[in-house]
Parts: sequence; C-alpha cells; structure tokens
Amino acid sequence: MHFAMTDEQRMIVETTRAFVETELYPHEAEIERTGHLPMELIRELQAKAMAAGLYAANMPEDVGGAGLDTLSWLLYEKELGRANYALHWTCVARPSNILLAGTPEQREKYLVPCMKGETWDCLAMTEPGAGSDLRGMSASARQDGTDWVLNGTKHFISHADIAGFTIAFMATGEEDTPRGRKKKITAFFVDKGTKGFTVREGYRNVAHRGYTNAILEFDDCRIPAENVLGEVHKGFEVAGKWLGATRLQVAATCLGRADRALAHALSWAAERRQFGQQIGKFQGIGFKLADMATELKAAELLTWEAGWKYDAGTVTEADMAMAKLKASEMLAMVADEAIQIHGGMGLMDELPLERIWRDARLERIWEGTSEIQRHIISREMLRPLGG
Amino acid sequence: MKVLVPVKRVIDYNVKVRVKTDGSGVDLANVKMSMNPFDEIAVEEAIRLKEAGTVSEIVAVSIGVKQAQETLRTALAMGADRAILIVAADDVHTDIEPLAVAKLLKAVIDAEDPGLVIAGKQAIDNDMNATGQMLAALTGWAQATFASELKVEGEHALVTREVDGGLQTIKVKMPAIVTVDLRLNEPRYASLPNIMKAKKKPLEEKTPADYGVDVTPRLEVLKTSEPPARAAGVKVGSVDELITKLKDEAGVL
Ligand SMILES: Cc1cc2nc3c(=O)[nH]c(=O)nc-3n(C[C@H](O)[C@H](O)[C@H](O)COP(=O)(O)OP(=O)(O)OC[C@H]3O[C@@H](n4cnc5c(N)ncnc54)[C@H](O)[C@@H]3O)c2cc1C
Ligand SMILES: Cc1cc2nc3c(=O)[nH]c(=O)nc-3n(C[C@H](O)[C@H](O)[C@H](O)COP(=O)(O)OP(=O)(O)OC[C@H]3O[C@@H](n4cnc5c(N)ncnc54)[C@H](O)[C@@H]3O)c2cc1C
Repeated sequence: MHFAMTDEQRMIVETTRAFVETELYPHEAEIERTGHLPMELIRELQAKAMAAGLYAANMPEDVGGAGLDTLSWLLYEKELGRANYALHWTCVARPSNILLAGTPEQREKYLVPCMKGETWDCLAMTEPGAGSDLRGMSASARQDGTDWVLNGTKHFISHADIAGFTIAFMATGEEDTPRGRKKKITAFFVDKGTKGFTVREGYRNVAHRGYTNAILEFDDCRIPAENVLGEVHKGFEVAGKWLGATRLQVAATCLGRADRALAHALSWAAERRQFGQQIGKFQGIGFKLADMATELKAAELLTWEAGWKYDAGTVTEADMAMAKLKASEMLAMVADEAIQIHGGMGLMDELPLERIWRDARLERIWEGTSEIQRHIISREMLRPLGG
Repeated sequence: MKVLVPVKRVIDYNVKVRVKTDGSGVDLANVKMSMNPFDEIAVEEAIRLKEAGTVSEIVAVSIGVKQAQETLRTALAMGADRAILIVAADDVHTDIEPLAVAKLLKAVIDAEDPGLVIAGKQAIDNDMNATGQMLAALTGWAQATFASELKVEGEHALVTREVDGGLQTIKVKMPAIVTVDLRLNEPRYASLPNIMKAKKKPLEEKTPADYGVDVTPRLEVLKTSEPPARAAGVKVGSVDELITKLKDEAGVL
C-alpha cells in the first residue's frame, strides 16, 4: 500500500485548484446574492475550462475527455467541489457517465454536444411519491406500435432548465421479487421540446444557490424506440453500471468544501485574539480543529480507497456508501464548527462559511440519504449471516 | 532555434513563510513548493515563441534537490519538450548560489547550444536577481533583463525592459540571455491532456560532477529573521488631520 500522489495527480490537483481559485471564486458572491448564473458568464468560463482541459475531464479520451483513472478523477472533483456548485457543475461540466452506455448514434446525438459544452444532460428518477424507493415509481411508459408513450411527474430534477434533454427512468411493468412486487424500469432519452414533455420551475432550496431543480411533466409524450437507453426493463442495471461512482463524486466534492472551511477556521484561530491570546490556544477551539482535521482525513481515506478499489474492480456497494456517508456527515460537522470558531463573523456572507454550511445540508440527502447509505452498509454486513 | 529555460523549485508564494527557530533560514519541512513564478512566465514565453514557429525545442533545466523533478514535470506539462535535472543538494534547505547555478547553466549551454536563454529575473526565495547576469558574463552573451516584452526578429531579440520611470526597448544579438519580469505574460494552466502527455517526455538526471562544477557555498548566512511585526494603524477623523499627520509625523509630505 502506498499513499503518495503521482506526478500527474499532483499536477491535476494544482491546475484544477488554480482554476477554481482564479476563475470561479471571484464570481461566487454574485451568484449567492442573485441565485442566478448568467449565460454569458457560463460561456466565458466554459471556454477557459476547455482550454485548460478541465471540461468534461471525467470522460474517456476517445470521446474527448481526459481519460483519468477513478482516483485522479476524484482528486479533480475535490478541487472543483471547493467552489459554488452551480459554477463548477455548469462551467466545468462533467457529463453523466451513463451517456457512455448509449449506442453510437445516441452518443453522437447526446454525448458529443455535452462534451462540446453546447448543452447539458439531466437525469430524472425522483418523483413526488418515490424518492429513496425508486422502484416504487409511478411515472410510466407503455409501448404503442414501436413508439413509447410516457406519462407521469418527476421532481427535484437538477438543472433540467438548461439541459437539452433528460434521461427519464420510467416504469415499464412489474415483477415479483423476494421483497415483494417491484416495478421494472426503463431509461429513455427525451429531447426538450418533445410534445407532451414540459419542464416547470422547481422549488427554491437552501443549498447550492444558482443550481436549479425542476419539475418534469410527461403527458402522453411520444418518443421513438431508438430513444431507449440500454435495454428495455433494464434501466436500473444501466444506472447501476454507469452511475455507481456518482456517490464517490459527491463524497469528493464534500472533501473540497470541508478543506476550504477548515483552512478558514485554522487561520482565524491563529489570528483572532480574545482574552489576550490567539483563540486557537484555548483548548475549546484547539480541540475542535483537531477533530475537524481528523474527520476530514478519515473521510478522505475512505473516498480515495473506494476510488482505488473502483479501478481494481474490488469495490463494494458498502465501500462507496461509507465514503459518501462519512464525507457528507463530516462536511456538516466541519462547516458548523468552522462557523463556531469564527463567532458571529462566521455567519456573515463576507466569508464562504455560511454558504458551505447551507450547502452541506443537501449532501446528506441526494444520491441516497444517509439512512439509505447505512441501510446499504448494514445489509452487506448481514448478508453473509443470512440477513 | 532551441531555447533553454532554467526553472527553480521554491516555496509556494501563498505559503506564510516561517523562520527556523535557530535563525539559519526559512523552515521548508512539509511546506508546499512550486515553480518560481518568474520562471513560469519564462516557460510561457518560450511556449509562445514555439507556437509562433520561432522556436523548435524548449529545454527546461532545474538545479537543486531531487524533488525539483516535480517542477520540471510541471514545465513539461505546460509545454517544454524535455528536461534536465541537476541534483546538487540532498537537503531541501540547501540553496545553490547564483554563481554555481550560472556555472552549471553555462556547462549545459556548451552541451546544448541553445540560441536563447529565457530565465526568471529572480527567484522569490532568496531574491538574488543575479543568475541571468552572471550567466551572461560567463558566456559572453548579450543580456536583456526585466523583460516585459520579447520579440525575435531574425538574428536579434527586441526586448522591452521595465526600468525605473518607464520602459526601455533594446535590441540584442542572439544568442542572448533574457530575464523576465511579471508583466511579460500570464502563464497558462498545465492542461489535463498535457499533464498526461508530460509523463512520456524525457527527463535526464545529472550531477554537478558531470559538468565539473563545484557547488560549495561561498556565502555564509549569519542570521535569518522575521520582518518586524507591523505596528497598529491609527484612524484619522478628517482629511486635514491626515495631511497634518503625513507632514508632521510621517514626514512624507
Ligand atoms: C437539490 C436536489 C437535487 C436533486 N436532483 C435530482 C436529480 O437531478 N435527479 C433525480 O432523480 N433526483 C434528484 N434529487 C432527488 C434526491 O435523489 C432525493 O431527494 C433523495 O433520493 C431522497 O428522496 P426523497 O427526497 O423523496 O426522500 P424520501 O425517500 O421520502 O425520504 C424521507 C426520509 O425517509 C428516510 N427513508 C426512506 N427510506 C428509508 C429506509 N428504507 N430506511 C430508513 N430510512 C428511510 C430517508 O432517509 C429520509 O430521511 C434531488 C434532490 C435535491 C434535494
Ligand atoms: C446576527 C448578530 C447580531 C448581533 N447583535 C449584537 C448586538 O446587538 N449588540 C452587540 O453588542 N453584539 C451583537 N452581536 C455580537 C455577538 O454577541 C458576538 O458575535 C458574540 O459575543 C461572539 O463574539 P465574536 O463574534 O466576536 O466571537 P469571538 O469572541 O471572537 O469568538 C470566536 C470563537 O472563540 C471562542 N472563544 C473566545 N474566547 C474563548 C475562551 N476564553 N475559551 C474558549 N473559547 C473562546 C468563541 O466561543 C468562538 O467560538 C451580534 C452577533 C450576530 C451574529
């Protein structure tokens, strides 16, 4: 075992970090204030990200990505994760890996424009009545001749407003499983503008200002058979194969923000004086710093290990669940304590801490809630014992 | 034309520098190190000349500890073609003095025969601002320091220099040594695809003995100390009060 970064990884981190600090940080305050990311800014930053080879770097080289191994990709995600989410996700986009599951024609139509920054993808699974329990979804697709007809509602769908298309997961039947009757699921490409497909403004949420979510409505929306992604009834298998590492992406972005919050807390603790000394010298503050750094390191090691195992082919669902669980809960703690160490100043929007604290709240919910991650971990532990 | 770009590994400019408790120098243990920012500008300028078709090959050279190969990898990832590392010290705290560096660079020049050397005007660690000038003396080449603009025209380099009170443009015959200032260009990010390609570029490792150069220090550091803490400021109530204070107390008006 060894824990040193390669030269390439070190340089990837340096470039990504420099880009985030120089190009993204200066726009954060404005987006936090307005909740809006203007298209001219997106275009300007996309061009810079492309010149630095950072745009869509998660993708393999043969489709124009950087061809990073999983660990290097996660190091890059950590650096991007330092910044406002809307900024880095939109301007340094990482198209979903699931686009690689498409046929050559689908890649050409959907992946290529995402790589060029002409459009963005979005993934629609969650419904008002089905969140954690996706196989209980009610939005459905039925076959009519060779076409498919989609009906139902999806909500919380991230950045569907700017996405040129959505990948919609729809119920296409039912089957008996050891855990009762469950829906069979199929994934479909649906182009924006297709008759019967409406994207409505979503909710305002406390986290990630500028990063929108939307409500999607399908009302007898008819699409051709060539829009099926993967095989009919195998939507979850496609998602499982291609979206598995998304939890590690969430974990890595949490690491970046926690690292940023901790750096602020550390320098404040060293500079701020009360009662005639640096507040860091009060054990009450020093011990907080120690706990924050220890938790951050623990989360990092879980994330890097899972990333390493991902490429070695030995990663388990529990490994990825542990990394996501730990990193998201660690971030909540680190953000909260960073504010505490700053006293009243920590709550003010002069510093990025209040928003890191707000943003942290989401991370324990999306990509599987903390409870669902614990469920995955314990299920894997109990399974050999007949659980 | 071949260009030689010396690059130095120095303490990162963002790091808050701390003096060692024994006053012998700056504490570099577990401190983030980076390429000297002026050298980044030099690498960038060389790459731009190559992109413009004026330069055919960029050779980056670093002299110092073995870890300086990281700095060279960064130069390669930015766009240098190959690299030479001269391992001249084991301890990160050993600074190779400008004269020794200049002698080694002279030896590299003799072996490589470049048409131009583009170097940083100074390293941000010891702020010597001497290597380029010493190298010009040793080689007998023309020198143009503090460049804020560089144009190559045939046999000559047109260099705009940042001098006290303005800009001066000089024409030097190549081969020449140009040292660069802050405003020459804005260095690019080493792009991800180029980072991946840098691994395959050659990096040759040498020692001062290979060039017959003695790097034993000639200077003795007596003491290193922190700058004095800045005294607290004062708030003034009016412009008149400010002017009075500047006149009577600060004596600057
Ligand atoms: C800002 C934002 C953006 C999003 N973007 C997208 C997107 O782009 N695409 C998309 O499809 N979805 C998206 N989501 C949806 C997200 O994935 C869901 O919110 C998440 O899966 C949880 O579902 P839910 O909100 O319906 O909560 P529920 O599933 O209703 O959960 C409510 C509570 O019950 C708990 N719970 C549920 N089941 C169990 C169980 N078996 N054991 C123990 N506790 C349980 C949960 O942990 C939680 O505490 C987004 C959500 C948000 C907030
Ligand atoms: C929204 C808001 C409204 C406010 N309104 C008012 C108001 O109307 N009038 C007013 O006068 N003030 C007001 N305050 C100020 C508030 O009372 C202070 O923020 C609070 O007393 C903390 O002081 P501080 O923010 O300077 O933090 P600091 O005192 O600098 O504390 C920073 C950190 O150091 C810790 N620390 C300090 N000393 C020690 C020690 N000895 N041992 C261990 N830990 C220590 C603190 O617990 C904290 O974690 C307001 C603050 C806010 C945020």
